[in-house]
Amino acid sequence: MQPRSHAFPANVARALADDGLQVALTRTSAGFPKKRLEGVASLPEFELLRDQAEAIREHVLDHLDWYLERFAAQVEKQGGTVHWCADAEAAREAVLGICQQAGARTVTKGKSMIGEEIAINDHLSAHGITPVETDLGEYIIQLRGETPSHIVAPALHVSRAQVTQAFREHHLDRDPERPLDAPRDLLGEARDVLRERFLAADVGITGANMLVAETGTSLIVTNEGNGDLTQTLPRVHVVLASIEKVVPTLEDATTLLRVLARSITGQEQSVYTTFSTGPRRANDLDGPADYHVVLLDNGRSALLGTPAQPILRCIRCGACLGHCPVYQQVGGHAYGWVYSGPMGAALTPGLLGLPEAWHLPQASTLCGRCEDVCPVRIPIPEVLRHWRAQSWEQGRPGGVSRLALRTWAWLATHPRAYRLASSLAARVLRWRADGRGALGSLPGLGGWTATRDLPAPEEGRPFLVQWQERQP
Amino acid sequence: MSDKTRMLAAIRRGLGRDALDASVAAGLVTRLERPEPNRLPAASRGDRLTLLRRFAAKLRRVDATLQVLPRLDGVPEAVAAWADDAAAVRVAPHPDLQRLDWSAAGLEASFGPARGMDTLGVSRADAGIAESGTLALCSGPASPTTLNFLPDRHAVVLHADAVVGAYETVWAALRETGSEGCFMPRTVNWVTGPSRTADIEQTLYLGIHGPRQLHVLLVGSGLEGLETG
Repeated sequence: MQPRSHAFPANVARALADDGLQVALTRTSAGFPKKRLEGVASLPEFELLRDQAEAIREHVLDHLDWYLERFAAQVEKQGGTVHWCADAEAAREAVLGICQQAGARTVTKGKSMIGEEIAINDHLSAHGITPVETDLGEYIIQLRGETPSHIVAPALHVSRAQVTQAFREHHLDRDPERPLDAPRDLLGEARDVLRERFLAADVGITGANMLVAETGTSLIVTNEGNGDLTQTLPRVHVVLASIEKVVPTLEDATTLLRVLARSITGQEQSVYTTFSTGPRRANDLDGPADYHVVLLDNGRSALLGTPAQPILRCIRCGACLGHCPVYQQVGGHAYGWVYSGPMGAALTPGLLGLPEAWHLPQASTLCGRCEDVCPVRIPIPEVLRHWRAQSWEQGRPGGVSRLALRTWAWLATHPRAYRLASSLAARVLRWRADGRGALGSLPGLGGWTATRDLPAPEEGRPFLVQWQERQP
Repeated sequence: MSDKTRMLAAIRRGLGRDALDASVAAGLVTRLERPEPNRLPAASRGDRLTLLRRFAAKLRRVDATLQVLPRLDGVPEAVAAWADDAAAVRVAPHPDLQRLDWSAAGLEASFGPARGMDTLGVSRADAGIAESGTLALCSGPASPTTLNFLPDRHAVVLHADAVVGAYETVWAALRETGSEGCFMPRTVNWVTGPSRTADIEQTLYLGIHGPRQLHVLLVGSGLEGLETG
């Protein structure tokens, strides 16, 4: 996927002016927090499990090399193949090679953010192999030629009428007069159409929510069952996973699963949690004959040992997106790449670099809701501040913003000048307000005052003076 | 240099060390070979009847249906009554299920993995997990994975004795079947209710790719009243 994170300000302007998107965001913004609260309420041990989940993830990162080698050895012992891929290109080539060797013409896909990250669909298409997304949300946006706007709910921005329209445009062998407005009709049609694809596919590609070092197991979590049909019916199963997805044992995976779905949909467990280990066994009646795991680094190892390391704990629940006041206003596409919301703002600069992604960590009020709801307690605001500091070192932001920030920094560290400037500013503002108590416009701050008034400072002694008087 | 070597070197560079010391690695080996459960929720504890009641209640919450049968013999009749318009049923080739009299219940049974046209499937679960109303099904010669996903309607036979509190009990039992981390079947499915999606306007609808209905046939004595809570 071609990054558009550098165009964040323009993306935001477009998102705010997009009425359909705003309706969709309004519809969902209350939903996720409410569901999470219900899920949390059903597990009194939730906070304690979060502590354990955090410790498991941090332990893995500190010993990542060892756990990865162990995972790979276990996969191979059970007849699977591991492909170590340092970057997106290596991963694309590995997947293409597997598909070509299998003589694949169509490939079904379960939802995979790594698949988006390495833009595998475009690569397969360019080589004459048809990729078919099978998660309903992913399928809808594939038909519409879009990218996911949420890591868990990829078609969050699409209305039901738009789904109907997409199905009518693409399912051309069906009766054009058929009823297709009710959700029941849409679900039935998607089920039928994709059923044929599942049965015809030569290779099935899924992501992995976790990799278990103890057993060489990959696991996926879905509600639809598409991931299972994707990986069980074709002759070859390919798992796309990034290196940080490994956990030590099945017990550790289980602890993480107790907090994963709860944090986003409030479910105690998603409908289908599937643990896959190697290819089908000699006496098995179904399942893939070949099992491949593609392990992708793509910039993650460079985050280890830096203040951004905690973002690698992320288990992709999506809770931080649904609780973020910025995401709730602009949606996922504004972030310009695969990952959006707070976790996207914290991860993307590490994977794409600050020249491309420096805007994203700026797009936060640092209110801390993301950290509050994170099941593995990632200090996201701290990681965002780290990127801001790095970005500043590299000269971003520049221009007026930089001058303003420099001035602010100087004033904030020179109390006398600060007091002088603030009392001067208060006087000017009161004078400009001219008894109305508020200002309708300010030179240079038109963006702020276009939709609201700035209250004028009240008469009286400034806060700092009052504060000092109260000190013993 | 291979990608593997490069990636491991990059990770070690980030962590500021070489490959792990033998003593540290030995500790990790122990952690894997003798896995300790983390904190188990209170909802995973209780006596037999408490766990069965919880399992039944959780099943209802995830939109599955439950039927209690005192004996395994009653399964074909129960499946026929539940899927009252069905004539054919695809059944997991488990000895428990193969020896049942399906034709007496008016069902034409065949045994094996699911095929595209199968609309009614019957599996046998290895465990039920009370904590969340989850079924655990392990793939194998008597348990094809496709049966859990392809048919429209999925009936699952579960022995009451196989209802446990926590998922961890299933891992401990599987571990007994192998050594050195090689004990997992190709696929372990946790199934918690029928298939669903919220991908259309974030509204939840049941029945997308997996079964639209999930019916659990719980076999055991002294379970009266469990169905209605």
